[in-house]
Amino acid sequence: MNKDKFITGNINPNRRLRKIIGACVYLLFLLSTCVGIIGLALLIFDVLKEGIPWINWQFLTDFPSRDPKEAGLLSALFGTIWLMFLTALFTVPIGVGAAIYLEEYAPRNLLTRIIEINVSNLAGVPSIVYGLLGIGIFVYRFGSDEMFLDRVLMAGALTLSLLVLPIVILASRESIRAVPDSYRQGAYAMGADKWQVIKGAVLPSAFSGILTGTILAMSRAIGEAAPVIAITALVYITYIPAHPFERFTVLPIQIFNWVARPQDDFRSLAAAGIIVLLVILLTMNAIAVFLRNKYQTRSEE
Amino acid sequence: MSELRDPKKKLWVKLEGSIVKWLFMLCALVSILTTVGILIILLYQGYGFFKEINLWEFLTGTRWTPILKPRSYGVLPLVSGTLIVTVIAASVALPVGLMTAIFLSEYAADRVRRIVKPILEILAGIPTVVYGYFALTFVTPLLQNVLDDLLIFNALSAGLVMGIMIIPMVSSLSEDAMVSVPRNLREAAYALGATRYEVSLRVVVPAALSGIIASFIIALSRAIGETMLVTIAAGATPKMTLNPLESVQTMTAFIAQTSMGEQAVGSFEYNTIFAVGLLLFCMTLLMNLLGFWIVRRFREAY
Repeated sequence: MNKDKFITGNINPNRRLRKIIGACVYLLFLLSTCVGIIGLALLIFDVLKEGIPWINWQFLTDFPSRDPKEAGLLSALFGTIWLMFLTALFTVPIGVGAAIYLEEYAPRNLLTRIIEINVSNLAGVPSIVYGLLGIGIFVYRFGSDEMFLDRVLMAGALTLSLLVLPIVILASRESIRAVPDSYRQGAYAMGADKWQVIKGAVLPSAFSGILTGTILAMSRAIGEAAPVIAITALVYITYIPAHPFERFTVLPIQIFNWVARPQDDFRSLAAAGIIVLLVILLTMNAIAVFLRNKYQTRSEE
Repeated sequence: MSELRDPKKKLWVKLEGSIVKWLFMLCALVSILTTVGILIILLYQGYGFFKEINLWEFLTGTRWTPILKPRSYGVLPLVSGTLIVTVIAASVALPVGLMTAIFLSEYAADRVRRIVKPILEILAGIPTVVYGYFALTFVTPLLQNVLDDLLIFNALSAGLVMGIMIIPMVSSLSEDAMVSVPRNLREAAYALGATRYEVSLRVVVPAALSGIIASFIIALSRAIGETMLVTIAAGATPKMTLNPLESVQTMTAFIAQTSMGEQAVGSFEYNTIFAVGLLLFCMTLLMNLLGFWIVRRFREAY
């Protein structure tokens, strides 16, 4: 009764007018949808226009310099590669392990519930807060003023691992859940125990989904600047880090350094750096999409 | 499974099974430890701060000068900086995101949706330094053509660009909520002679309202916690102002800008960023919990 009134209560009987309003509203919705697309187009156009002239071999193979014409992002590029490698090394086993536990082992009890709520909450914690966590427990020994790891790659990687862990856990859980139960029952029927079922039947068919989720998590980590800048502080790195306990810089921080300078040339360098960063991200996302499509067609067979 | 016939191997298989189970459980506990770690570090360092500065003075003070003398630790200028940027972002992202969601869910043909959605997802995947660059070098000069008093670092362009940045959060979460409104509600309304926009605005949106509001809250909490964009484009002047043309400093920008310098640990300045971090963490946590709660509490079950 109530709902009838809700729908028909004050509708204008004039059909023409309603049609005109409908057309206007449609136009409004259409324009709104264009706002995001136009924003993206402007952003990409602006970056390309400023940055393309600055991209050359020397930009990719030189270290940062006070002279914009000689500056490059080699140390940042290798810092990013190092940081991603280490972050994946920590995040993937822990994230997949946690997902397996939550999907396959965890009893339906309070602890499990708390872990689940906690994971989705962690995904909403601002990234700079992870930076504070990193300074407090990885860079310095907790609560004291002695260095623990110092402002090095390892501290950055541990911090970023915690940051992207929820993403890896959620994506892995989803792909583990998508494995048909018949696979598990088939394996059990052959006498396998729980771990053998997971190892032999669940993980292989969830593998590409987990991989896709991991790549997406890494592409989030590559773009993160706030927590990493809290770890590294502002540094001027003109070497390629040789091991995980050296100080480092990454692409977003290098870009930030360049943007923060008032000279136009450095801003253009920042745009060039952004192009490199976006190309890396685009490649990673393309790989993820490719894997997802391949995976989807295979499981339909 | 011939290995199971050998009792020694069978024992090993069992042992391996229980070892991995415990290992996996430890992995799951890492996420709990992360939360505990965040809380402990913020509370511990924050305690160092609040030992010296009265909590009330911190929360209600209107001057924030942690470096200049006379030092003053009233956090309200940072909060107002955060709020003004967030409000501008919200006034772009909430209506635009919602209307985008309605368009995608109720109007767009399948083919259009398949093109538009990934484009909006790209928007969500662009690193925030890039948005900072865009705000500072493109939007601000553009707006300066129109607004003479606009400073180089200002809340307005940071807010507008942040609005564009969080459109996809609003639109995708709202669209999910609208798509899950059952068809028969729409068909009943059509059968009564309603037009498409009447169905969209009077049937689908009310039915999906809890999801839509949750998407608003989650997007706002994301805006409050966003760091690099405001660090680059909004400035570094903590000021009690509601004028979007001026330079402000947000809570996140303060943390980032201060932690960039290598401040001595245990110094008061060092504790300051944790105190602000604690406030930021509490604000976003409350908003996220509110969002989850609304989704769970007001979800219409069909």
